[in-house]
This record gives sequence, C-alpha cells and structure tokens, in this order.
Amino acid sequence: MTDPISQDKAAFLAVVKKYEGMHDVSGVLALDPVNGPMIRHWAEAMGDTNPVYTDPEAAARTHFGEVVAPAAMLQVWIMRGMQGGAPANSATGELYKHFTDNGFGSVVATNCEQEYVRPLRLGELVQYDQLIETVSEEKTTGLGTGHFITTLTNIYVDGESGRELVGTHRFRILRYTPHKKKAKAAPPAERPLRPRKVVNKDNQAFWDGVAAGKLLFQKCLDCATPRFPFAPGCNKCASLEWDPVESTGKGVVYSHVTMHYPKFPAFDMPYAVGLIELEEGVRMLGNVLGVAHDRVRIGMPVELEFVTHDAELTVPAFRAVGEN
Amino acid sequence: MSLKHADNLRGKAAIAGIGATEFSKESGRSELRLAVEAVGAALDDAGIAPSEVDGLVSFTMDTNPEIAVAAAAGIGDLTFFSRIHYGGGAACATVAQAAMAVATGVADVVVCYRAFNERSGRRFGSGVLQRDPTVEGVGLGWNMPHGLLTPASWVAMFAQRYLHVYGATTEAFGHVAVADRKHAANNPKAYFHGKPITLEDHQNSRWIVEPMRLLDCCQETDGAQAIVVVSAERAKDLKQKPAIINAAAQGAGRLQDQMTSFYRDEMTGLAEMGVVAKQLWQTSGLTPDDIQTAVLYDHFTPFVLMQLEEFGFCGRGEAPAFVANGGLELGGKLPTNTHGGQLGEAYLHGMNGIAEGVRQIRGSSVNQVENVHNVLVTAGTGVPTSGLVLGVE
Repeated sequence: MTDPISQDKAAFLAVVKKYEGMHDVSGVLALDPVNGPMIRHWAEAMGDTNPVYTDPEAAARTHFGEVVAPAAMLQVWIMRGMQGGAPANSATGELYKHFTDNGFGSVVATNCEQEYVRPLRLGELVQYDQLIETVSEEKTTGLGTGHFITTLTNIYVDGESGRELVGTHRFRILRYTPHKKKAKAAPPAERPLRPRKVVNKDNQAFWDGVAAGKLLFQKCLDCATPRFPFAPGCNKCASLEWDPVESTGKGVVYSHVTMHYPKFPAFDMPYAVGLIELEEGVRMLGNVLGVAHDRVRIGMPVELEFVTHDAELTVPAFRAVGEN
Repeated sequence: MSLKHADNLRGKAAIAGIGATEFSKESGRSELRLAVEAVGAALDDAGIAPSEVDGLVSFTMDTNPEIAVAAAAGIGDLTFFSRIHYGGGAACATVAQAAMAVATGVADVVVCYRAFNERSGRRFGSGVLQRDPTVEGVGLGWNMPHGLLTPASWVAMFAQRYLHVYGATTEAFGHVAVADRKHAANNPKAYFHGKPITLEDHQNSRWIVEPMRLLDCCQETDGAQAIVVVSAERAKDLKQKPAIINAAAQGAGRLQDQMTSFYRDEMTGLAEMGVVAKQLWQTSGLTPDDIQTAVLYDHFTPFVLMQLEEFGFCGRGEAPAFVANGGLELGGKLPTNTHGGQLGEAYLHGMNGIAEGVRQIRGSSVNQVENVHNVLVTAGTGVPTSGLVLGVE
C-alpha cells in the first residue's frame, strides 16, 4: 500500500537527488587578492591579535617566514559581495527553485566545515570550483520539515605545476517548510505547581509541624538518637517510641547541587538544592536562598525559612547567613 | 550469601549463553518482543532448546512478566521465577538467584532478562513529579517539592560531597567517561562506536546537574539482554566456554535508601556495594589483585570512583588518581567496561555488562584483555545492589 503523499515525496526526492555531484561553477576568480587591509579588519573584528597576520617583522621570525592570512578567513576570499548569490541559471539556482516551488521556501544555514591545506599569502588570487555534494532525504527538525543541501567549494591558487588546492569549504543549509504556527498564539502557559509533598501516617507529624511553622525531626525515647527522615522505628535500638523535636533551623550546607536539565517549568532554572546538616545532627533537603546557585558552598551557614509556593505547599528552605 | 562466612555457591553454576537485541534509540517494537528476541538469542548462543528452560528471572521494573515471555519464547512449565527490585541494582542479582536455583536443583536452565524501550518509551531521566503515599513514594516525597527530581540530581549530591572531602575535581569523572567511550569506539554494537571523546570534550559538555555534565550520564537505550544460567557441570558440555560463577551477592547497607541515602554518616562511599564486595571476596577467595578486568556499573561516572574504593582496588579518596592516565583503559591498571559501558555501549540496566564479563572469560570481547581468569561485574549503584565474580574455572 503506497499512499499518494509518500509517492509525491519519493518523486520529489528523485528529482533533487539528481543534482548530487553537479558542478555549479568552476575556476571562478576571487574579487580581491589576499591583502593586508582585509586581513587587518577581519583580525580586529575577531579580536585575533596574532602578529603573524599583520606584522611583517614578527611574521618573518615565525616558521611562515612572512605574513599569512588567518586560515579561518578562507571563505572571505571567495565571497561575491552583498549582491552575490547563486545565479538563477546555475545548478544550485535550479535546485533551490525546485525547493521553493515545492513549499520548502525557508532556508537556514546549519553547518560549515573547512579544511585548510596551506596558509594563503599576500597577493595570492584564489579561484574556486563549487559542486552540490549531497541532498538529504526529508528530515524534520525543530524548525520544520525539509532537506539538507551540502555544497563543497574547493579553493585553489595557480601554481607552477597547475592549480594547487589550498582549502575546502563545505556548507550545509536546510531548505524547509516551517512548522505550522498555532492559529492563535497560545496564552503564556500557566506555571505548573511544584511537585506535591507525599504524606502518609509515617510522616504526617513532619508536615503538621511545617503547617504550624515548626521544623520537626524525631528523637528516640529509648536511646535519644535523633533521626530524619521520619520512620516508625529507631535504626539504632529498634524502639518504636519517639517524640517530635523542633529544630532551631540553624545548620550548614553538607552538600548541594544545581539543577540545569531537564527544564522543569515549576522551577526557575537553574536552581540550587542543598542538603543541610542541622545543628541537632540530622540532615534535611531544601532550596538554598539568598545566594546565587553558583555561590553555594559546602560548610556555608544557613538558617531555616519556610516558603509558601501555593495554597497547598509550604516547604522548609534555607537562607545563607551573612550573604548579601 | 552472607557477610559472616563464605557461602556455598562458588563454582556451582555458570553462564552458558548470552543474547541481545540491537541497542537503539527507537526499537520500533514492544518491550515484550524485545525480551523474547533476547531470550531466544541467548538460548541459541548456549545451544539449549526453549523447551528445556524451567526458570526465568527479571527485574520488578521490567514490564514483561515471566509467563508472557515464556508463552512467546517457546518455554513450557516453569519451576522457578523471580523478579528483583531496586532498578539496576537487580542486574547481577538475577544471575545470583538463577545460580542459587540451579545449584539447589530448583531449576535446570534459568534465563535472566531485561527489556525496555527506555529511550522511545518511559525515560527514567525525565523526572519524578508525582508519587502515591506508599513507603517508596514518601521516600521520594522528601526530594520532590524542592526540585530534586532526577537520578542525575540524586547522584550529584554524593558527587559534590566526594569532590569536597577528597579535594578532587570533575576531571576524575571525566577519566571514567573517556575510558568508556574509548572502549565503545572500538565496539560495533555500541551506540558510540567510532566516537571517542577527550577529557576536554568532557569538561566542555553542558551541565546536567552540577557537578555532573552531559558526558557523566549514561545513555537512554531501547533494547534487551538475556543471560542463560545452568549448573557448572552442565555448562561443560554445551556450545560455549562456560563463565563460571565463582561468587554472586546482593547487598543493602544500613539506612539504605533508593538513590537518596543522604542521611547516613558518610556520603563518600556506597555502603551497599561494600556489602557486596565483602561477600564476593569472601566466597571467591580472591582479592582485587586477582581481577584482570571489571565491569563497573556506570549510569553516572562518580559512582564508578566509589566502587573502585569499595572493592579495594584503591584506598578511600584514591580513585581520582587511580583513573587518571588511562587507569581504566585497556593496558591500564584495571581495564574497565571494555564494551564501552552504559555511557558508551548502551544502557541496559547493567545486563549488557554481564554479557561483556562473559565475553572477557570466553576471550571474545572486541577489547579483549590478555590472560583473563577472573572478571568482576557490578550492578546498579546508589540502590540495593549486586555483583558477580566470573571465572574461567
């Protein structure tokens, strides 16, 4: 069973795939020879202060022996200026028309890979050939659905024994149909609530304490060992008898993390979660307040601050002491 | 298995077959289908007919009941079936329980399996946002309202403490990742075949949960792995060179939690793996010097460091130096995760690591270590866990 849509897609792919390997242009000369002023402007714009690009004396002391162009300028020498672009009668011009005619009207550059065979020197006039290397099958990306097109430009200079390859430039674009926008811009998503606390008979007393503005841990009535999280019995002596004890809420950061990924819409990413060792000797988790997530440190003193996130959720958090 | 004395399991059972599906990001088929394919492949590898299988073991997290796997895999009556809890901590325990079953005559041929679409289906890393008020739900409930929601976040809390106490840097984690990916680069079955990374790549990868980066985290994988366990006696007459189970152990530590044992005295070790280590050394009669290669569970790199210390391959706090300079790579002090681990080959909840342990015993690993006599394999870290010592005899 072949549906008409996939038949159309196959036919289109067959047409555009024919362009793979086609030469677009050959032996096109650069508009300008490799020259000092363009190098200087480029290096300044890039913040590249290496004197081998601009200072003949300094360059003479390097293994290049003379001023060379920055390798990454390779594409600069073959650009056709503001009015350039693929002429309509070229292979790429024709190929692009197939895409625009078939609904792939949007374009975005996705990759550029270059190989540098040897440095270019002042006065050299490059020339280049360009071919269409590959046309991908239909792909769907975050932007939309379309095809990747990779062109390969080989860059030469005339040498004593014919053309000498100095570099290659692979450029990939996506010709695509953007994802359909929703008819009406969605209203800003209402922020989801934080994950809920989980309460049962074993830890009810803790959350009752939070509701009363108290941070509680347990203390064994037989061996006096403090404990947290809440459990019905003592790990030290197996006693089931315990009392709730209110913590002063003072402690230090015992460990901490900063959450970056995945993005949880209920939280402001990134955010710090601390494991706090309270002065009574038990540890508890809480967000660390009053200090940037990347300034939280182990050993940092903190004190309790209850934070109410919504009508049903108040949780202990810990504010860094002495931080501004 | 006991902490007080060596147990009687040494040398009684063997792994006679291993089988897996391809490891992918979207299998395109059901988890049950994956399980059945892997079970069939493992039985083929062993040269055992499905009709001879009388035991099946898996994880409580597996969605494929033993009876459904049996029904679709040509397996008849079952006398032993068991599913083990605590996520990836179950991996080596499936083999441990299968070994106990065949050693005691409760079953003759037991297949252990784990199958999931963990990338295209339920992704463990996407976060725990809601739980019912069960005991385990309440356990997770201490973390959730503060936004400590992912396995990476729970491990990162230990990792931060470890770095602080021992004055180490995240490069120690990076060396684990580099070793895994170097081995995976040479493994055609690995997702990251042909894609090694450098320490610089590790350091430049983005934060997931600080102090852990993307390249500290294992993959998400669709796939299945199965392992066939029979008596050591029976294994001698089968198709493959047997991987003898010289010790197998489960372990949970005092005040154990599931990934969030934040409330113990120390957070710089893995007490549960210490329980496993003690038993494995005791029953096998071996020491770390007797191990030529290891498969250490690596859902996240920091816990590989702590395992090296729990097993005594190095002292406390010495793992960062142990893993530096290729310590875990082929030719290093302890070639580890020679299949590429769960960072490099696939995340199969530790079961693919058992298969690599078997290949090292057979001499058929793509990254074969020379003169392998004993291989250590471990299961999920941060949870109640398990381990195996496999040997050539």
